[in-house]
Amino acid sequence: MVDLRNLNRRQAVHLVALAAAILLPPVVLAADEPFFISLASRMLIYGLAAASLDLILGFGGMVSFGHAAFFGVGGYTVGILFTHGFQGSEFLGLFPGSDNALIVWPLAMLVSGLLALAIGAVSLRTGGVYFIMITLAFAQMLYFFFVSLETYGGDDGLSMYGRSRFPGLDLSDDTSFYYVCLALLLLFLWLGHRLTRSRFGMVIAGVRENERRMIALGFPVYRYKLACFTIAGAVAGLSGALIANLTEFVSPSMMVWTKSGEIMVMTIMGGMGTLIGPVFGVAAFLLMEEVLSAWTEHWQIVLGPLLILIVLFAKRGIYGWLVGREGGR
Amino acid sequence: MTALLVLEQLLNGLQLGVMLFLLAAGLTLVFGIMDMINLAHGSLYMVGAFVAATVAEYTGSFMLGLLAALPAAALVGMAVELIALRTLYERNHLDQVLATFGLILFFNELVRIVWGPRAIFMDVPEALSGTVEIVPGAPYPAFRLAIIAAGIAVALFLYFLITRTRIGMLIRAGASNREMVGALGVDVKLLFTLVFGLGAALAGLAGAMAGPLFAVEVGMGEGVLILTFVVIVIGGIGSVRGALVGALLVGLVDTLGRAFLPTLLRLVVEPATADGVGASLSSMSIYLLMVAVLVWRPRGLFPAHG
Amino acid sequence: MSRKISLAVAATAVIGLLAAPAQAEGVKIGMITTLSGGGSGLGIDIRDGFELALKQGGGKLGGVDVEVITQDDARKPETAKQIADRMVKSDKVDIMTGIVWSNLAMAVVPGVTKAGVFYVSPNAGPSALAGKMCNENYFNVAWQNDNLHEAMGQHVTDKGFKNVYILAPNYPAGSDALAGFKRFYKGKIAGEVYTKLGQKDYAAEISALRAAKPDAVFFFLPGGMGINFLKQYAQSGLKESIPLFGPAFSFDETILKPAGDAALGVFNSSQWNADIDNAANRAFVADFIAEYGRRPSLYASQGYDAARLIGSALKAVGGDMSDKSAFRLALTKAEFESVRGNFRFGSNHHPIQDIYVRQVYRDDKGDLTNKIVGKVFTDHQDAYAKDCVM
Repeated sequence: MVDLRNLNRRQAVHLVALAAAILLPPVVLAADEPFFISLASRMLIYGLAAASLDLILGFGGMVSFGHAAFFGVGGYTVGILFTHGFQGSEFLGLFPGSDNALIVWPLAMLVSGLLALAIGAVSLRTGGVYFIMITLAFAQMLYFFFVSLETYGGDDGLSMYGRSRFPGLDLSDDTSFYYVCLALLLLFLWLGHRLTRSRFGMVIAGVRENERRMIALGFPVYRYKLACFTIAGAVAGLSGALIANLTEFVSPSMMVWTKSGEIMVMTIMGGMGTLIGPVFGVAAFLLMEEVLSAWTEHWQIVLGPLLILIVLFAKRGIYGWLVGREGGR
Repeated sequence: MTALLVLEQLLNGLQLGVMLFLLAAGLTLVFGIMDMINLAHGSLYMVGAFVAATVAEYTGSFMLGLLAALPAAALVGMAVELIALRTLYERNHLDQVLATFGLILFFNELVRIVWGPRAIFMDVPEALSGTVEIVPGAPYPAFRLAIIAAGIAVALFLYFLITRTRIGMLIRAGASNREMVGALGVDVKLLFTLVFGLGAALAGLAGAMAGPLFAVEVGMGEGVLILTFVVIVIGGIGSVRGALVGALLVGLVDTLGRAFLPTLLRLVVEPATADGVGASLSSMSIYLLMVAVLVWRPRGLFPAHG
Repeated sequence: MSRKISLAVAATAVIGLLAAPAQAEGVKIGMITTLSGGGSGLGIDIRDGFELALKQGGGKLGGVDVEVITQDDARKPETAKQIADRMVKSDKVDIMTGIVWSNLAMAVVPGVTKAGVFYVSPNAGPSALAGKMCNENYFNVAWQNDNLHEAMGQHVTDKGFKNVYILAPNYPAGSDALAGFKRFYKGKIAGEVYTKLGQKDYAAEISALRAAKPDAVFFFLPGGMGINFLKQYAQSGLKESIPLFGPAFSFDETILKPAGDAALGVFNSSQWNADIDNAANRAFVADFIAEYGRRPSLYASQGYDAARLIGSALKAVGGDMSDKSAFRLALTKAEFESVRGNFRFGSNHHPIQDIYVRQVYRDDKGDLTNKIVGKVFTDHQDAYAKDCVM
């Protein structure tokens, strides 16, 4: 049992956030505002995507402007297999569709991970701005690919007629689905935390600080970076799979370049290089979007300058502000 | 007949390339000398187009619109540089990407508030509204020829500016070693603002020239911005020569891909599939080009930094 | 810890802000439409048309108090889906409407109708929702996506064109458009081209088109793409020799002004125009101009008709939304004076209506607008109704 008196501020923030996350469904159900469960699920899912981006952006120092591609591909994996399962047809005549979460979610991670491996293998040969732009180019390529992929709805996207099946749970129940998302996010935060503290994580951080030195020390830097990029891609794929389940819909708009920008913004807003910080960033960003867009249709004129101010003056992000000085990485 | 069509398509590709060069030149200059990645470059293009269209509508003269667009875009650009971007030079590329992403949102909404959500009208100037038969049997729009001419003029001007003038010398020096230029007593801040203004003016020029061809509408800068980034990345960031080569390459690949890929594929597969696949492939062609170039040369064709 | 308390207070305040005030009275209508970003002109017209009907009724539709909640989807499917989710679960709306784009409708409509909420589409009419995925709670008051293209195919055939070049963007609505055109066009296809979605420069396509020597061109390029194409086509000097045909989407009030003379004289197909002569339309056009100071577009007319259709059904049930089948039956009857005149629903809740050919001309005030030059179809129904089992 944790001794509450000895909590430092960072642990207190974690504990409060966790308690809030766990208690949210019963509270909003009691208040008869069930919509907030799906809003909160969205936050958890984007939190997963942003945390995965943080792995390469914050820890690895790789500025990928195409993270939404993996997010979208993960979603499409679920959507396409669901459609085949629904129609009783086969994907490319090879294997049948499925709506079993235990099959399609890992598959979404696998597909996105392999894609990240391929894209990373090419992109990581470059660096700096070239890396930013080549990841953007790959994402745009995939975007146009899915726009013209008429078999699976093209620009209209693909409607699913329900959610994946999860043994022993009814995911069509918003509360169950919320807790599944929460569990997956916590699992990733824990694994990610372990990863960044491991030898692997140390090497990645070393590369961020001084790539030449790490090469001189004899580390196969390229392979480490590629592994990191692949893991992040796979996790983004999982979050895409979850969002497809939440909205019961996938479309190319999931991987349009502004979506990559948004995920990046959420990550920075929360606090880079903290893994959990981006989750706070996501919550703040989505809430802000809700409130501002209800307030005026010109809300982007507020959001734009706000972004600049955050970049200029609040680099440590919301998380940094919450946990104070001691909580830095 | 087919040879003539190929020739005409080459001309189309050249024209698109020149248009992209106008944007890419400014962007690559800013990048080369300030190491600053500016996503809001497309917004300056949009501002140029809107100002040109508005002035042209009130005065009835395209030339006046064009002349107004240049200083307007330059002023907006310099104002943005002074207020927001100046503090970002020392920051990393990530911060610059985010802050200028914010600027895009801001400018799009601002233009929408000022001009409304609908596209606005801008016509070809009377003198250039006809066609010229450059390729026999294929009358070519005179205005597109004027764009090619303007592009060549800008390329020559930049060549002269960069290789023959003091400012150009400083730009070259700045692109290879910024700290050294500052240490030699050059007012780097002023130089940066001026270069930024020049880049913005070129973007404004591109916007004004684009007005009669394209819909003048909110968000018109984004699609072209991504193309421009592809151009400067292919050419090698910071290199004006690279921007020229990259722009022409992208213009040609994009145009020829659109024009001939479906036809070529029809030789191999059935027409319906060929049209679909051809259209998909051609919409991805320039990104494939970029990937190919970067695999071959990770720093672009003409890398400017040592 | 004071910061944490203030955080909790802030969180509560945010939730309070987000939660719509619970009002018991009146029928709730949720409108999701595109009010910001690209294509917002269409959403604004739909909203304004809808609100005009509301204003004419003194805040009531069909004599029944209604509360309309309007929100911007920024043309993002995910945003639209999220708003719909909230309107259904939190605001507990009875009826929804407003979506402009097919891809957003595909994201939103199935979930909304599944939840037992009525959806009246003022614009998007994707083929799936008219056919296999049709739903008893889904009504489209505008058209099925293919209708206007089908009309143009018929018109071009009627006019004796034998070798037509057709082009559309490479996305589902684009291939549907060309399929719809070909369903009624009987001549040869000189060329069939799919362009990139959002493409700006059409020089390559225009050169290829000229080389193919067609006797007419049919194109479907909505929004900015259409403006670009029209301008560039006119500049190429082809407009005089090879006539252009297209659906109304490329020749609406939002397009004509920026396109200018490039659109002058072009023929386009539409189910509505400002000069259709009936009492409802005269009142609509006059009131719209008086209220907003601009001409109503096709989209405004559809928003207006959506409101009046809802009004007719609300009147029939006396504002009582508890009996859903009674309200559904009342919607099906469509007992309202549509601004387009002849209007009724087919078995799949999509319109059976007349479709006209319009031509762009310059009116006596010097503005570009459309006039009806002929009728192509009478009582036209979409091709998907037979696939719809309710």
